[in-house]
Amino acid sequence: MNHLLRSLAPISDSSWKLLDEEASERLTTPLAARKLVDFSGPHGWEHSASDLGRTAPLTSAPCDGVTGLQRRVMPLIELRADFELSRAELRDADRGAVDPDLEALDIAAHQIAVAENVSVFHGWHGAITGIEEASPHERMALGETTDGYPRPVAGAVERLLHNGISGPYALALGGEQYQRVVQTAEHGGYPLLEHLRKILEGPIIWAPGVRGALVLSTRGGDFLFESGQDLAIGYDSSDAEVARFYLEESFSFRIATPEAAVVLEP
Amino acid sequence: MGFDQYHEPPDELPPAARTFARLCASLTEEAEAIGWYEQRLAVEADPDARAIMSDAQGEEFKHFSMDLEFLLRRTPAWREIAQGVLFQPGSIVEHGEEAEADALEGGDSGDSGGSSGSLGIGSLKGASR
Repeated sequence: MNHLLRSLAPISDSSWKLLDEEASERLTTPLAARKLVDFSGPHGWEHSASDLGRTAPLTSAPCDGVTGLQRRVMPLIELRADFELSRAELRDADRGAVDPDLEALDIAAHQIAVAENVSVFHGWHGAITGIEEASPHERMALGETTDGYPRPVAGAVERLLHNGISGPYALALGGEQYQRVVQTAEHGGYPLLEHLRKILEGPIIWAPGVRGALVLSTRGGDFLFESGQDLAIGYDSSDAEVARFYLEESFSFRIATPEAAVVLEP
Repeated sequence: MGFDQYHEPPDELPPAARTFARLCASLTEEAEAIGWYEQRLAVEADPDARAIMSDAQGEEFKHFSMDLEFLLRRTPAWREIAQGVLFQPGSIVEHGEEAEADALEGGDSGDSGGSSGSLGIGSLKGASR
């Protein structure tokens, strides 16, 4: 048994399978950052820091005639979303009920996916520098209406090209902006989604949690998501009525090429 | 060009499953190449030719190992079993049986994704939306 304490949960193996499958299904769609940045790992729960390859000076030495440097590392952060489920609902699922109430798990899955997206794209104060914070490019306005979206997207691609950042390029769209794009047909009925895809030569990703949009290169080597413990469900506690669980992961995020992304403000 | 690594219609497979299938096919090819070089080395007497083939087989060892590590990272239950079998002294069969029981049956652990508990999501790069 590891730190997730799964074997202590008062639920059946089939319930665990149900929870894992539900969580995977609910997480795969909104986890936008993993669709666009390099992924390393998982390196395990014991993995605590990412190597930066950099050092800090040490002002003192243990004796005369030597000098020292201290290695700098980036600590992984632990992200956790708690939820609780009715034990009666899980028992009904064991009996064959096809519609157990797993809403709390669905909400937790969405929350942790949003948190991961926000951390990567916008940053987490004091813990992670996001792509938006690091990008040196002047922000571009996405515009009030979708009719104007192709212009800033094309402008962002041109800016990346101008800085020697090769493609393919991707567009991460916040929830509101994504909905607008998929609903819009331009003059003549051509879907805006297809127009933008032709400009980018890469994917357009629904990125809940993102404010506005970002255009970034997906050539690789620019953005690195380092996973310690990949997303997993752990067991916390229970009483006669409910069992308490959590979704958890540990990760760090590093940016090698801040120039490889342009922020489009809503 | 054939796409024999797919057992199901490729259009119905998610990107992660297609990548997984490609690496499985690559792993198979590397293992075949290792076997072919092993046979050639067994019958070749020319020392220069043997040196070249030995060097080439070393490349295949590397490729096979990289493919395997990729697949294990994406498959927690497989990784769990491999950790119980690979580089362990003693009976391979016994280690295999024990590792399988720990990872997949897990006593009463309820760990459908292996005893690590990971959902095995990993990278989603290549998804279209």
